[in-house]
Amino acid sequence: MNNQQQQHKKTMDRVQKGLDRRYRQERHFQWLGLGAIILGLVFVSFLFITIISNGYTAFQQTYVKLDVFYDPEMIAPIGETDPEVLSRANYGGLIKASMRQMFPDVTNRREKKVLYGLISSGAAYEIRDAVMNNPELIGTKQEVWVVADDDFDMLIKGHIDLRLPESDRRIKDNQLAWIHDLQEQDRVEKRFNTTFFTAGDSREPELSGIKGAAYGSFFTLLICLTIAFPVGVAAAVYLEEFAPKNRWTDIIEVNINNLAAVPSIVFGLLGLAVFINFFGLPRSVPLVGGLVLALMTLPTIIIASRAALKSVPPSIREAALGVGASPMQTITHHVLPLALPGMLTGTIIGMAQALGETAPLLMIGMVAFIVDVPGSVMDPSAVLPVQIYLWADSPERAFVERTSAAIMILLAFLISMNLLAVWLRKKFERRW
Amino acid sequence: MHTSTLIILLLGLMSLAYYFGRKRSLSLVGGKVRDLHSLPSYYGMQTAMWCGIPALILLAFWLSFEESVVTGMVVESLPQEVQNLPPERLDLVLNDVRNLSQGDIVSSTVDQTMQQAADHYTSLMSISHMALFVVALSVAILAGLWAQRTITREQRARNRVEKAINFFLLSSSTLAIFTTVGIVLSVLFESVRFFQQIPVTEFLFGLEWSPQTAIRPDQVGSSGVFGSVPLFAGTMLITLIAMIVAVPIGLMSAIYMAEYASKHFRTLAKPVLEVLAGIPTVVYGFFAALTVAPFFRDLGTDIGLTVSSESALAAGVVMGIMIIPFVSSLSDDVINAVPQAMRDGSYGLGATRSETIRNVIIPAALPGIVGGVLLAVSRAIGETMIVVMAAGLSANLTANPLEAVTTVTVQIVTLLVGDQEFDSAKTLAAFALALVLFVITLALNMIALHIVRKYREQYE
Repeated sequence: MNNQQQQHKKTMDRVQKGLDRRYRQERHFQWLGLGAIILGLVFVSFLFITIISNGYTAFQQTYVKLDVFYDPEMIAPIGETDPEVLSRANYGGLIKASMRQMFPDVTNRREKKVLYGLISSGAAYEIRDAVMNNPELIGTKQEVWVVADDDFDMLIKGHIDLRLPESDRRIKDNQLAWIHDLQEQDRVEKRFNTTFFTAGDSREPELSGIKGAAYGSFFTLLICLTIAFPVGVAAAVYLEEFAPKNRWTDIIEVNINNLAAVPSIVFGLLGLAVFINFFGLPRSVPLVGGLVLALMTLPTIIIASRAALKSVPPSIREAALGVGASPMQTITHHVLPLALPGMLTGTIIGMAQALGETAPLLMIGMVAFIVDVPGSVMDPSAVLPVQIYLWADSPERAFVERTSAAIMILLAFLISMNLLAVWLRKKFERRW
Repeated sequence: MHTSTLIILLLGLMSLAYYFGRKRSLSLVGGKVRDLHSLPSYYGMQTAMWCGIPALILLAFWLSFEESVVTGMVVESLPQEVQNLPPERLDLVLNDVRNLSQGDIVSSTVDQTMQQAADHYTSLMSISHMALFVVALSVAILAGLWAQRTITREQRARNRVEKAINFFLLSSSTLAIFTTVGIVLSVLFESVRFFQQIPVTEFLFGLEWSPQTAIRPDQVGSSGVFGSVPLFAGTMLITLIAMIVAVPIGLMSAIYMAEYASKHFRTLAKPVLEVLAGIPTVVYGFFAALTVAPFFRDLGTDIGLTVSSESALAAGVVMGIMIIPFVSSLSDDVINAVPQAMRDGSYGLGATRSETIRNVIIPAALPGIVGGVLLAVSRAIGETMIVVMAAGLSANLTANPLEAVTTVTVQIVTLLVGDQEFDSAKTLAAFALALVLFVITLALNMIALHIVRKYREQYE
């Protein structure tokens, strides 16, 4: 009896001991899972923090106040209004003159050149536009705020490490002294960077903007949407509602699933070989980009649309057929309207994918350096992600912040598209 | 601009045709719809289709052949010695003619014949545009009128319209097939041309990759060797690193989400993790090149290792981060597909949750998880932007993750970007690489989808 009790106690001890171990394992396992999720969240937040902390300064730009004398000798006689004459004058000279006036001590040719370098080369165009708009300025002296050079801008934003030896810095000691003088006189100011939203690409960071790329993205997506949405929905309707169950349909289905997983760069090669080399369409245009992206997003849209059609209960179809509608009328009048929110959700997600896609567009030549803002689907242009790729490759420090800012804009578009899709789904989702 | 005006005009004509077709059908029966075979709107649609579709088809054909016909006519008008130039030179001349007629910059000097050719080109083009306008519009009007005139009350307009729509639906669904065929043909065609210059065995088993072909025979460092093994080794190395990051994190987070997390936590954390899936790859590439690669390099310097600033490690880790949501959402699906009865059975035997997961759920879900991982591998292999921005450019056959390696996709991009000539082995090599890439990802997908489908059937 005693022995048996002892035996039992021993077993319980063993179980108890094992239980502790098992519970410990349980906790460890749970921690591991939680750790994985936290790691994922850390990645997300780290990514966003890096991008935002690098990029938020790009929304501001340093401006310098100059006293510009609109010298009639350098532009044109007072009273001249002919735009031909006005546009050809040497406006850079005006800026240089006003710089010389501010720093009369600078006499050395080399130093002068460095001094002029503080002001962006785009400032001359600003002055020109001002004169062309208002020729009465000629002969007067005005205070003008002009764009500072990118290195100057970087210094003001604190991106240049002044502890480095002079030879390793983009801003030299004499420039520092001049900038200090300018700051003393309240001639330096940071303002909202409108250029970033109104200009195309440029070799000068302070003159570059995303408007050209944004328009290119818009035209590309427009083409993509006008092709992929109708075709995708039509294909989904056919496969889900009309297709006979046979080998041919099976082949189409397997094909669509496989296309969804083909690397995007292969679609770019398809576009290069078919649209550009075979059909002779021009390179770098949104039309070709849109066509390639349409082929790429088609599987996504078809799969989502089929799911949406599947979720419409058969009773709807039976009721419509029962009162004498033809199969086509059943679909177009009853099933499609009910499935449309789901299809739209899928389409928006497909469009978001297309908006962020870069690799296939590199293949069809959308990486060219294009300054002009495109006006139609046949104008050469870049798109936002390609612009990001191009800027990321540029060595200037100022392009790093502009790349990050462009990423922020792109992500804002993507996130709002996804939110729209979620909202659509929430709003129109019906449980039958 | 011309074409879009024409299309808008045609659309306008189509709506007019709809109106008149509908009106005629109604007037035929004196407003008694019941006497018609189909609803009046179907007669309208039928008329609109007759009006629009032939004209649009004509427009498409015209536009696709206009350029070549006009160019042919311009070539014939050129002097004999220009016509006898080799094709590439002739192309250059024609390009100049085209640019000249559009007022763009021209590469060669403009002489009398060039100017004449350009004028000829411009006039032919404008004649062609005018003719297109007239022909397309008259086709639209005539066909529409004919369709409207021939409407009768017994005409089966609905069936005809539905047949046309059905044809559109069917052809849309076959577009996927055409895309695949297009990919295969375009890649295969160029690859065959590549393999005529470089033997297949050299391409598949060669250990050295250096695609710069020499322009002069004595040029240094331009050997033009196309052995793709280092590229595939590099791709595999980066993919392996990505999987080492993505699979444990993705799988564990899926398990936690499915089995442990409270509903509140799930609704909060899941969308945030899914944000990772929506970020464009170019952003990951920038992140890898700007932040992660320098971080690893500095870390390496601190502990006395030389880490390349384009190390496979940085590209692989960032690619892994990108793939986490992919792995986790696929595993989430298969874990949730495991029947509750299996869990309950395990709990009933006294197993703890983690024991249930490890000994019951994961073995049951394993085929699905493997399928998901295979899909993730195929994605990692085909991923382009991260490696273009963060991995190396020169081929390097190594297994050391701290060194720079290059991948298949990087080489495709570097071989094709900014390169216009289409006959050199260098450009064609990109298509051969793409062919292998396509075949590998296709095979991985087929296997993965097969495994996933088979497993799903087991529990349904």
